[in-house]
Amino acid sequence: MPDRQAVIDRKDLGALFTLLADEGYQTIGPKPYDGAIVYAPISSPEELPKGIGDEEEGGHYRLTQRGDAKLFGHTKPVQGLKAHLYPARQKLWSAEKAGHGFRVVKDAAPQPRYAFIGVRACELSAMLVQDRVFEGGPYVDKGYAERRKNCLIVLVTCDHAGNACFCASQGTGPDASEGYDLKLAEVVDGSRHVFVTEAGSDKGRAILSKLSKQDAADGDVKAAAANLEAAAKGQKRAMIAGVAELLAAKLESPHWEDVAKRCMSCGNCTMVCPTCFCSTMEDATDLSGLKAERTRKWDSCFSIDYSYIHGGPVRNTAGARYRQWMTHKLSHWVEQFGVSGCVGCGRCIIWCPVGIDITAEAKAILKGA
Amino acid sequence: MNVAMQQLADPMDIRPFRIEKIRKELADTFTMELVPEGGGSFAFKPGQFNMLYTFGAGEVPISISGDPADPSKLVHTIRRVGAITQAIGNLSEGMAVGVRGPFGTPWPVEEAFGSDLVILAGGLGLAPLRPAIYMALANRHRFGKVVLLYGSRSPAEILFPKELEKWRGRFDTKVRVTVDRAEPGWGGHVGVVTKLVTGAGFDPMHTVAFVCGPEIMMRYGIQALEQAGIDSSSIYVSMERNMKCGIGLCGHCQWGAPFVCKDGPVFRFDEVADAFKVREL
Repeated sequence: MPDRQAVIDRKDLGALFTLLADEGYQTIGPKPYDGAIVYAPISSPEELPKGIGDEEEGGHYRLTQRGDAKLFGHTKPVQGLKAHLYPARQKLWSAEKAGHGFRVVKDAAPQPRYAFIGVRACELSAMLVQDRVFEGGPYVDKGYAERRKNCLIVLVTCDHAGNACFCASQGTGPDASEGYDLKLAEVVDGSRHVFVTEAGSDKGRAILSKLSKQDAADGDVKAAAANLEAAAKGQKRAMIAGVAELLAAKLESPHWEDVAKRCMSCGNCTMVCPTCFCSTMEDATDLSGLKAERTRKWDSCFSIDYSYIHGGPVRNTAGARYRQWMTHKLSHWVEQFGVSGCVGCGRCIIWCPVGIDITAEAKAILKGA
Repeated sequence: MNVAMQQLADPMDIRPFRIEKIRKELADTFTMELVPEGGGSFAFKPGQFNMLYTFGAGEVPISISGDPADPSKLVHTIRRVGAITQAIGNLSEGMAVGVRGPFGTPWPVEEAFGSDLVILAGGLGLAPLRPAIYMALANRHRFGKVVLLYGSRSPAEILFPKELEKWRGRFDTKVRVTVDRAEPGWGGHVGVVTKLVTGAGFDPMHTVAFVCGPEIMMRYGIQALEQAGIDSSSIYVSMERNMKCGIGLCGHCQWGAPFVCKDGPVFRFDEVADAFKVREL
């Protein structure tokens, strides 16, 4: 039995932010910034993108005015929450010369406690995917595990689909059934502006119990359900069924060369993908040569260096690199981690400078079969 | 510290080791003997590798080339090919390197007990196989025939020549060495290592083969072993890919679905035979 649904009035939403801050969380949510919506530290609902929507297509992204008061009327921020749980640059340790050798010094800084507000189902799915990557194997990424354990997730369901969205075909949205602490559905009807709220965890229940709320009216629940249905049915893109098996069998498809003619190997898709996890190490010394540091930073399978071994890179051609990314994401990932690496957020389509569409490439490979 | 204890520690933490001894092997290749700073030992299985760090320059995956029966010292054989291996090569005895490991899957030496053992190595590929050779020879009575086939580009580039000579002197082990290009004074085989497979005298129905060398050499080597009648499920190969973490988290070493660092570097050939055929995988 799911918890009985309550509604929080728009004017009482600020109390959620205050409460989370009082409990020691850093509140992170969507915020308009430089013509885009990004996840950033925010301290009240007033910083949310009120009345702002977004327009997305292959290689295209613009903010729009919705003409209403919705706070979560956009589809998704330009980047997921990966950057918070798995920072793009992480200092691992520093070392100092000592005698003929060196001494390693680890900074034991405490990991942040984030409360993510406005998380979409696709982002939550991406977190569950990265949990498998960083915590599911014999070796656990301790920093990730701690940040993840510390975080609190306030999911907000979608009320419409973006043009690049295809979560419905990946089974990763637009609704979520687990993994969140609180789930909110924003309902605006004339002057009524409420959030249909349910808790998904003990942490969430404890928070919800402290918030001012009423029982949800039938109309609110119906409106929330209708919004979700519109978000699912409005999706213009879909990933083909059976893509994992298809790609595993099509490593030698001539279509990879066709993609290579368009792909610029820029790596944007890997940077905005909420599940891409590749990293590299950067080792450096200071000018004295007495102190060294190791930093782990995001890397992309689209770079030539990525596959470099003595004698040259393994993946010399753009086609081989695109194949690596797409087959890893949609096929090998399933073998490695038991789920697809794609949550259907469509960011790789939006932020590809030439608008390469992973769903269309999958179809083309199927057709060429 | 033993292997189990090491795995409890954060695998991203490096452990400083002191360079006890450096031995020049070839013009561009050297062997280092390392001991843990502050004492302790280093247990590993043949075929495993470490990430070796040199101060400020970076880290590279290097296979362990020493004897698994002697955990008192850690032995690596390294060719100077890139910035980091150059920097490691510029260190002297008494200085320190950082070690993370051991990582990866081992040569299945114990599983091969009772069979003939064929070891096929090319160039520096002999280094990751040497721990398996030590272990096999220490358990010589548990095998049928033991055959080592080794190919090098030239006589001057033969790795571990004294040990090859010593192993060849044993009556219970067959060692055949070939070079791609002979030089004056060379009285041995000339030609690619795969040609040594014919007439090596093993029983193909009851043979386990370990193969390591350049990919092109492994491809033809495996072909020769299969033609000699060894089943692909009895052939093991060791792969090399770019690695940054050694624990399957950085993504670099993917070779299709497997991560070479944790699912390999030693693979049973029939499980990766398809990947071998795909260019730039």
